[in-house]
Amino acid sequence: MSDYPNSLKEVGQSFPRKEARHKVTGQTNYTHHIKLPGMLIGKIFRSTVAHGKIISIDTSQAKAYPGVFAVYTSEDIKTIIPDPYYGPAFLDQPILAINKVHFVGEPVAIVLAEDIHIAENAAQLITAEYEELPAVYDEIEAMSSDIVVHDELKPSGTFPDLKHLHGKKNTNIALDYHLKRGNTQAIFDSAEHVFEHTYHTQQVMHTPLEQMVSVADAHQDQVTIYTASQSPSFVRLEIARLLGMRENQIRVKVPHLGGGFGAKLYIKLEALVVATSLLTKRPVKISLTMEEQFYTITKHPTTFKIKSAVDKNGKILARRCDVWWNGGAYADIGPRVTQKSGFTAAGPYDIENVEIESYALYTNRPPSGALRGFGIPQLVWAYESHTDQIARALNIDPLEIRRKNILKEGRPQATGTIMKGAEIEKVLESVAAKIDWSKPFDKGTGTIRRGRGIAIAFKAAVAPTTSTAIVMINADGSCILSMSSVDMGQASDTSMAQIVAEVLNLNTVDIKVSQPDTDMTPYDMATLGSRSVYHMGKAVKLAAEDAKNKLEKMAQDLNLSKPYHFRDVFIKHYGMQAGSILGFGSFIPSYTPPDKKDGSTLNATPFWMVGGTGVEISIDTETGHITIDRLINVVDCGNPINPKIVDTQLSGAAIMQLGFSLTEKMNLDAGQVTNASFADYKIPGFNDIPLVIENEAIEAYQIDGPFGAKGVGESATFGVSPAIANAIEDAVGVRINELPMTPELIFNAMRKAQQKS
Amino acid sequence: MKIVNQLIPIQFKLNGKTIETEVQAQQNIIELLNKLNLKGARESCGQGLCGACTVIVNNKAVSGCLEFAKSLDKTEVRTIEGLEINGALDPIQESFIETGAFQCGFCTPGFILMTEQLLNQNSNPTDDEIRHYLSGNLCRCAAYPEILKAVHLAAQKRASK
Repeated sequence: MSDYPNSLKEVGQSFPRKEARHKVTGQTNYTHHIKLPGMLIGKIFRSTVAHGKIISIDTSQAKAYPGVFAVYTSEDIKTIIPDPYYGPAFLDQPILAINKVHFVGEPVAIVLAEDIHIAENAAQLITAEYEELPAVYDEIEAMSSDIVVHDELKPSGTFPDLKHLHGKKNTNIALDYHLKRGNTQAIFDSAEHVFEHTYHTQQVMHTPLEQMVSVADAHQDQVTIYTASQSPSFVRLEIARLLGMRENQIRVKVPHLGGGFGAKLYIKLEALVVATSLLTKRPVKISLTMEEQFYTITKHPTTFKIKSAVDKNGKILARRCDVWWNGGAYADIGPRVTQKSGFTAAGPYDIENVEIESYALYTNRPPSGALRGFGIPQLVWAYESHTDQIARALNIDPLEIRRKNILKEGRPQATGTIMKGAEIEKVLESVAAKIDWSKPFDKGTGTIRRGRGIAIAFKAAVAPTTSTAIVMINADGSCILSMSSVDMGQASDTSMAQIVAEVLNLNTVDIKVSQPDTDMTPYDMATLGSRSVYHMGKAVKLAAEDAKNKLEKMAQDLNLSKPYHFRDVFIKHYGMQAGSILGFGSFIPSYTPPDKKDGSTLNATPFWMVGGTGVEISIDTETGHITIDRLINVVDCGNPINPKIVDTQLSGAAIMQLGFSLTEKMNLDAGQVTNASFADYKIPGFNDIPLVIENEAIEAYQIDGPFGAKGVGESATFGVSPAIANAIEDAVGVRINELPMTPELIFNAMRKAQQKS
Repeated sequence: MKIVNQLIPIQFKLNGKTIETEVQAQQNIIELLNKLNLKGARESCGQGLCGACTVIVNNKAVSGCLEFAKSLDKTEVRTIEGLEINGALDPIQESFIETGAFQCGFCTPGFILMTEQLLNQNSNPTDDEIRHYLSGNLCRCAAYPEILKAVHLAAQKRASK
């Protein structure tokens, strides 16, 4: 069978989501709706100081409150889990705070009651006394501050590049990644032009509308967890480790998610519900409020200092990138973000001499982790703003400077990895064509000024990671796909079913996709970083092919000639409609970790994601108000499995990034988030979306992807922020170097520029 | 704080069926609907700002997370579960499927109920009117372009019925 698009019947079709009917009738089962007999509800008491020693916690009034079943602190947790620290990179996060608190909002105690209102009321009766310590909030300050967030670093042992940090004291640096290629200093010393700019990004939150929620029914020998998690296999592994149990004693079940975006990864509420369920011998459920979500996981604020040596024609000769990632109080997956994004911090350009320094830092803010792009949008914000600033200074067209420097197929990227299957040029040219870059542009008159901007970016996929899948053919010929990929809205159930249907020559609509249940569905690293279609897609395809081969072998042995119905094979083999065929697929791509000394690797990623953005904007010069008139999103996602769903992913990702670009920011006052609600934290609504949105997945084919496909969930976020900043400068001549680009910021920059001139 | 266990009897119509039940003073509409095993209206922002908790009370859309359950006494309530009649989807629900107007689906019931309200008042709304009317509903997956198409398609379907 050929993999190529023209010969396919299921892959490449824009089927509606398999669960569409459930979603429009309100029938979808989210973890939210889980109710177990005897279930208790947990309400968390949280720290009110950013950094402090816990002197005392008084739970007596809460315990005495009528209807309260139990109140626990870390002392109780330790009776069943002696070392209750978890985390994917560092074992730094306690289930409830121990001795110290590290950020405002950190869980300190928990109240359990059958009635949520009783638990809520009682939680308000808990008091805690702290000896406040000075706190550090800024990533640059954290580099050299005397204030140390954690007394000692405790890498989890999962990642080899963190091992050297074991036991390290008096530092906030949770990872340092260094890349050195060529000789930047010599070039900077001799180059005709050297440009240096610094850019900042703010702290934002994913705010999935389905808030984080987990339920545990835990017993001495068996634990069942129902959770809104993007990583059921990791939850099983980490809970088993915490409890000293085997993986088969932990069962993790995940229904559909009401959004994830990277928030629902690793351990969030799972350890707390398991521990309290063990203590109470009752099922326990915790569902957070929207406000509480702001104290769980966020997107890294960053400072990025970028310096480039450029010749008079605009050719970039050398680049140095210093990136500081504000990881907050717990590392979560921050060190991975720091390293993986470090690979591409210099941008999709062909630069001979590159130096990258990337630091993950602990501070006393709410923790930072993965958010739709794994650090890439923060980097693109800087390098694509920088590209335009160089172009303007040298009086070169912004498109031309990109064309001149673009990283071409077959050329080595900053890590030394040779570019393969990354249609960067094609994406850039498509953005330019769609926005009519070569044609005259109406810059507006009077108080309304118009501008346009572009940006281009790429991303290395997280590696090496494993996916496995099982395809079962039943005796009537129907088929079930079992996998642990989580459908959080990105439609993995549908696209994976399309792959199975294609291989087995069945109809997508007839394929059942079972929901993640670690007792039944085999291992998957996690649903993150746009990895599923490529990794799980390959595993699913292998599993379907395995099932097909077994079935064909059986038919051959029975002397059945094609075409035959699957059912007939079973009936003839088993003498009745009985039996099952199991196909298994497992996939892990090859990967070479970066060299310890110079950060280089000849195999940085299994595939490249490419995204380009073009915007046209209007600015009201009297108010600084900005309107996005046109938004163009172009990506290389290989051959789309389901074009309609890809299209929705593109505008969805771009609009989310629009929020991070223009309105969203967690405001902190002494570590306290002062706008932790939708009343004060503005995510995009109907009135904020651009009047015109155009999406394109360019014609491409990922040679080793399933039917030529690769990931797409993040690609349309990459270029949005810098394209807008570039358009702002085009419109009103001011450069914004921090996010979000509020009307106030734009207005003040314009006034400042006027005063100068 | 001590009133949590006081139960208040109420009677109302839920998707055409009479319900007699008792509620706590602090319970909101969403908690009551969950107790009655209806899953379509969901509490998300908890402040009446996202629309995920939309229910129709006496033909008017309300935020179920802000209104007390006891306020439903002697009212007629419609939820997303009331739209499907004898297994047939409402044209609005069909339109949301055909245009792919959702991703995770958590906000979808709220958008569909608000679309119904809009089309009851304005059978052929413009883009601007749709944006304005649905500005109180949030979709973090940002399927807004598709929702816009879904509302137009639903208007067409209703007109041709």
